[in-house]
Amino acid sequence: MSALHSVAASHPVGGELERGKLDIARIRADFPILRQRVHGKSLVYLDNAASVQKPKAVIDAISECYSGYYANIHRGVHLLSERSTIAYEKAREKVRTFLNAASVQEIIFTRNTTESINLVANSFGGQVIKAGDEILITGMEHHSNIVPWQLLCERTGAKLKVAPFTDAGELILEEYERLLDGPVKLVAFVHLSNALGTLNPAKQLIAMAHARGIPVLVDGAQSVPHLAVNVQELDCEFYAFSAHKIYGPSGVGVLYGKKALLEAMPPYQGGGDMIRLVTFEKTDYADLPNKFEAGTPNIADVIGLGAALDWLNAIGLGAVAAHEHALLDYATGQLSEIPGLKIMGTARDKAALVAFTMQGIHPHDIGTILDREGVAIRAGHHCAQPVMQRYGVPATARASFAIYNTRDEVDVLVAALWKVKELFGS
Amino acid sequence: MSDLRDLYQEVILDHNKRPRNFRILPQPTHHADGVNPLCGDRISVYLDIEDGVIQDISFQGAGCAISSASASLMTEALKGKPVAEVEHLFDAFHDVVTTDCECPKGLGKLSVLAGVRDYPSRVKCATLAWHAVRAALEEHKEAVATE
Repeated sequence: MSALHSVAASHPVGGELERGKLDIARIRADFPILRQRVHGKSLVYLDNAASVQKPKAVIDAISECYSGYYANIHRGVHLLSERSTIAYEKAREKVRTFLNAASVQEIIFTRNTTESINLVANSFGGQVIKAGDEILITGMEHHSNIVPWQLLCERTGAKLKVAPFTDAGELILEEYERLLDGPVKLVAFVHLSNALGTLNPAKQLIAMAHARGIPVLVDGAQSVPHLAVNVQELDCEFYAFSAHKIYGPSGVGVLYGKKALLEAMPPYQGGGDMIRLVTFEKTDYADLPNKFEAGTPNIADVIGLGAALDWLNAIGLGAVAAHEHALLDYATGQLSEIPGLKIMGTARDKAALVAFTMQGIHPHDIGTILDREGVAIRAGHHCAQPVMQRYGVPATARASFAIYNTRDEVDVLVAALWKVKELFGS
Repeated sequence: MSDLRDLYQEVILDHNKRPRNFRILPQPTHHADGVNPLCGDRISVYLDIEDGVIQDISFQGAGCAISSASASLMTEALKGKPVAEVEHLFDAFHDVVTTDCECPKGLGKLSVLAGVRDYPSRVKCATLAWHAVRAALEEHKEAVATE
């Protein structure tokens, strides 16, 4: 029995634990990869914003699928196909519950957040965006929430508008509102910035767009592992995220979309599984969600995502958020004491990561030296080059946290950063 | 810490802190930009070539210690050299930072970057400036990328 099952058993109501009661040692025991040493040091994995490690429950679920009941879904009359179909569709129901969507028909499986956004840009965007229209994003977007819209603008003659943010990394609401008053036909923004850690006021931003009748897509790649998302309460038209950032496998993404919109949208890709009837003259498309899932999907990994959500629900996102906030506060305090270290992104609402630069030392060098101390962080532009340009830096170093990280690991990070300073004699 | 000193040798830290030939040549005969998409580093190199000889060479840009020091050391190594020798030197340097070869003679101070061979993810940093020089000599119009 894993640590979390026992946790869930002792807290049957919702599985949410009070802060401080989480047994992180037992949670860590669920992650085989964390037991290793790198360069002779205990692994301190702080690159969670790039991708999170997987608990044994997820690895086992995928393995059990392949060794026990794997077959192609939706079309077989044999037992294995039926079992695989049930497991696959159960995962969809778990995602629906997780996001509190109204219907499983609103949950589309894709490859990743990027593909979910591209689906909307191509299908919905192609439908509603015309020459002269504007698409509004923010200055703190990941490239995956910039480039699909630029491509759409190139195809249609629409314009991409960018809402600016402050030095602290907070969206300037007055500017956002002013830009909304243009011929904006679609808004897309990141819920939690991967480069700054800023948590955007999603509900407010959506309401402001809706007041002008503008539909909204939310990029939830970073937010879903750190805070509970309720798409009906947010009322966004689209919400996108990836399984691999929420303790699930890579290769699976999710697109939530409001049913009425998805029904009216044309398919994104054509092929098997998305049709009702095909003749050479005409094809009738399948109902939702199959209309948007052409071809054999990533069956085992979708099932793995379902297992990840079960695992996470057993801890409760409230407990996860409390633990990670405590870590973030502690790390922010400790890092601030290092002379010459500057934290980038100091928004009041922040989660899970700290991005920083060190005077006279390139983030790439910080990353290499930390690696030799066993500490895995990310150094670079974090696929958010416009954010780097906004601050006039080529890159930053970023430590990002997950449920399995500890204060001791923050201490190892801080000690390693002092070594960086020592080595560079700064 | 000791193995990190193999990478970050004093010469490298010195060239990172005080890069040599770090300026823009007013009227270069050859010029190119090198970009490392991995980290966003960008280095511009400028050459003044007369009668097949590199009379002057300089660079500018922002990069990590490895790419900055490598660029700085490269400008020192190439100044006064015939253009015909550049390819040969780059090949020799590339071998030094990617293989366990004996450091060939004639590389001089460039061999301090041999420690890079133990850090495969940093090879592109060490070779960025060299790629840019090669592009300048081939008169590429667009920025050359390391990948």
